[in-house]
Amino acid sequence: MTGSAAMPIAAITLVSGKADGPAFVLKEPLSFWGGLDAATGEITDRWHPQSGAILADRILVMESGRGSSSGSSVLAEAIRRGTGPTGIVMLTRDAIVTVGAMVAVELYGVSCPVVLAAAGDWPRLVAAERLTLEAGSEGAVIGFG
Amino acid sequence: MTVTLADADRDLLGGAHGEAAAFAMRLMVRFAEAVGAPGFIDAKAAHIDGCLYHGQVSLDFVEHLLALGGRVRVPTTLNVGSIDLIHPELFRGDGGLLTAGSRLMVAHEELGCVPTYTCAPYQTIFRPQLGWQIAWAESNAIVFANSVIGARTNRYGDFTDLCCAITGRVPNYGLHLTENRRARVVVEITDLPPEWSDAGPACVAVGHVIGRRCGERIPAIVGLPAATTEDDLKALGAVSASAGAVAMFHAVGLTPEAATLDDALQGEEPEEVIRLSVDDLRETVRNLSTVPDGTPLSAVSLGTPHFSTTEFARLVPLLAGPRPAVDVYVNTSRQVMQELEERGWDAPLRAAGVTVVLDTCTYVTTIMRDLSGAVMTNSGKMAYYAPGNLNVDVAFGSLADCVASARAGRVVRS
Repeated sequence: MTGSAAMPIAAITLVSGKADGPAFVLKEPLSFWGGLDAATGEITDRWHPQSGAILADRILVMESGRGSSSGSSVLAEAIRRGTGPTGIVMLTRDAIVTVGAMVAVELYGVSCPVVLAAAGDWPRLVAAERLTLEAGSEGAVIGFG
Repeated sequence: MTVTLADADRDLLGGAHGEAAAFAMRLMVRFAEAVGAPGFIDAKAAHIDGCLYHGQVSLDFVEHLLALGGRVRVPTTLNVGSIDLIHPELFRGDGGLLTAGSRLMVAHEELGCVPTYTCAPYQTIFRPQLGWQIAWAESNAIVFANSVIGARTNRYGDFTDLCCAITGRVPNYGLHLTENRRARVVVEITDLPPEWSDAGPACVAVGHVIGRRCGERIPAIVGLPAATTEDDLKALGAVSASAGAVAMFHAVGLTPEAATLDDALQGEEPEEVIRLSVDDLRETVRNLSTVPDGTPLSAVSLGTPHFSTTEFARLVPLLAGPRPAVDVYVNTSRQVMQELEERGWDAPLRAAGVTVVLDTCTYVTTIMRDLSGAVMTNSGKMAYYAPGNLNVDVAFGSLADCVASARAGRVVRS
């Protein structure tokens, strides 16, 4: 199975761009507002099981979004400052995450691609150590390693 | 997913309503593609939460729209900002934030937004009506509009709320459509703990549970007391949208699209039934406090979401008696404050040493003077966010317990 484990998978582009880095799999949904410090990239939600972890330069793997609608600004600000994730893989569409990444690229030209993965690929994604994202207008490819 | 554009949308994109509207519409078309919306409909109103300063990006976005000549095309209210513009001296953060946060709020007014600065726009003259299609931000306002009023909005956030206001259009998907407003989960309350004298804690407990367990699925709640008030439902929605991604709930017999359970389910079967026992409710409420009873308090914070006139009507008589030993803060809107003054309620509040905070809120900005001890609140939302935002311990209790604890200077319960 090692061959198929390394095979890239197709995904849907929500926000275009390219990224690679270590995967960071959220164990529970995170509200960026009230849960992420844009100055440091640290998870500050004390109720979150990964409180204290740093998202900077990681590919964030998250099932769904959560919490306050102010999350878009916090994400965009973190991307602007370089403390945010370099890319995001989601299982369900989330407008707050999508827009935060979209505004960062519109205003500053800094891209944090956001892609939507298929449910069947999710077990491989949450087990990945490193991921690469290539998200274009025609679709996205997620690579492992 | 291709988005079908109406003539109105193409006019916007082509610049017929100015460069800012064209920019906003371009962003909304990409947003519609991302969320899978097939097209756009007219928005009747908008509520914007981008006036809370989250960093340079907040200001850059609005200044960009202003530079392009932007102006909102529908009645647009504003959520809380970082600063109490009426009482800027309450602000205890750094001067840079004071300047940028104030500028951000005023820049939104320059775009034509109404300076309501409240997270409870539904309790002002701008309250929408049943069936209205609106573009609202602020998680508690979204859940209230959908659930308690029956207006229709998705969870719009910073940037998209303003783009809808600037274009007057909203993507036609999700909760704008009747079929997506159906309850998927039934939450049954068998009994309430007999020691809870009002519906407040019960609603907060239920809200917390649905936030944790329903995800984005719409619950229909059965068994809330008939005496449940609009303010109790407001508290329920606020904590559900903090602990989860809830954008709408039905309370059978209480909310407009749930005269019966069958109405809420639109005649279909639920995916899941959650039964809450008296012990479940007690435990949920207990877990909202990070400190035990008897812990010394630094402050009591009320009005998250912003206190309504009817909530003040409950608070004012409770304040008659000995003056609180710790600081008491109540967040509310300019409009409610005006009503308080007209009713002469500002005098008893002042006499009790209560600080009324306008335009902002005690957990989004640095206002509370002393944070050395715990903070007590009757708000599940405050209890959820304050430990992370303010790095304080919190105690949750009913409004009456909050006032009694303020007097005792420590957490006490009746």
